[in-house]
Amino acid sequence: MTTVAGILVVLGALLAFMGSLGLLRLKTFYERIHPPTMGTTLGTGLVLIGSMLHFSGLGDRPVLHEVLIGVFMTLSTPVTYMLLVRAALHRDRAEGRDPTQAPATKD
Amino acid sequence: MSFLAAALTVAQLLLGLAMLLAMLRMLRGPRAQDRVVALDTLYVNAMLLVLTHGIRTGTALYFEAALVIGMLGFVSTAALAKFLLRGEVIE
Repeated sequence: MTTVAGILVVLGALLAFMGSLGLLRLKTFYERIHPPTMGTTLGTGLVLIGSMLHFSGLGDRPVLHEVLIGVFMTLSTPVTYMLLVRAALHRDRAEGRDPTQAPATKD
Repeated sequence: MSFLAAALTVAQLLLGLAMLLAMLRMLRGPRAQDRVVALDTLYVNAMLLVLTHGIRTGTALYFEAALVIGMLGFVSTAALAKFLLRGEVIE
């Protein structure tokens, strides 16, 4: 049980790390918005499942309250990112930039 | 050192590096929306770090801290996105 929990936690942390690496390395904002979602959905989910397995193994009954965080992150991530992309589109259009023509200059 | 403790150490190192990369993106920008996405990633990584610390200590206390970080982070990112869209948060 603890071995599976450890593997799941490492996989989740690896996904979060890959998401942050993509956030740092990709070129435009509209590309950069994609990688962090990997960490916020699947990465968080794997760490939470690992936590549930570990705490269920410690006690004598299943511990399921981590589902709360999982449901909350699954609901909130798309909402915030859609708001952010709409804000970015609005700002690009207001400044007369074409959002499909990437590299934004530094400002 | 058990397998779980070693795995948790590896996971915490990875999450710390992930927070560092997100912080670099937040400092580098170049635009405001990039910084907001980086802040969002930063708090999610911090939440995962708190959760792994909770697994290590075996107390359920850290779960509630992670829940609070997640909820406040959602509200702050939504407010910042609203600010970028409209120029004010409450209208």
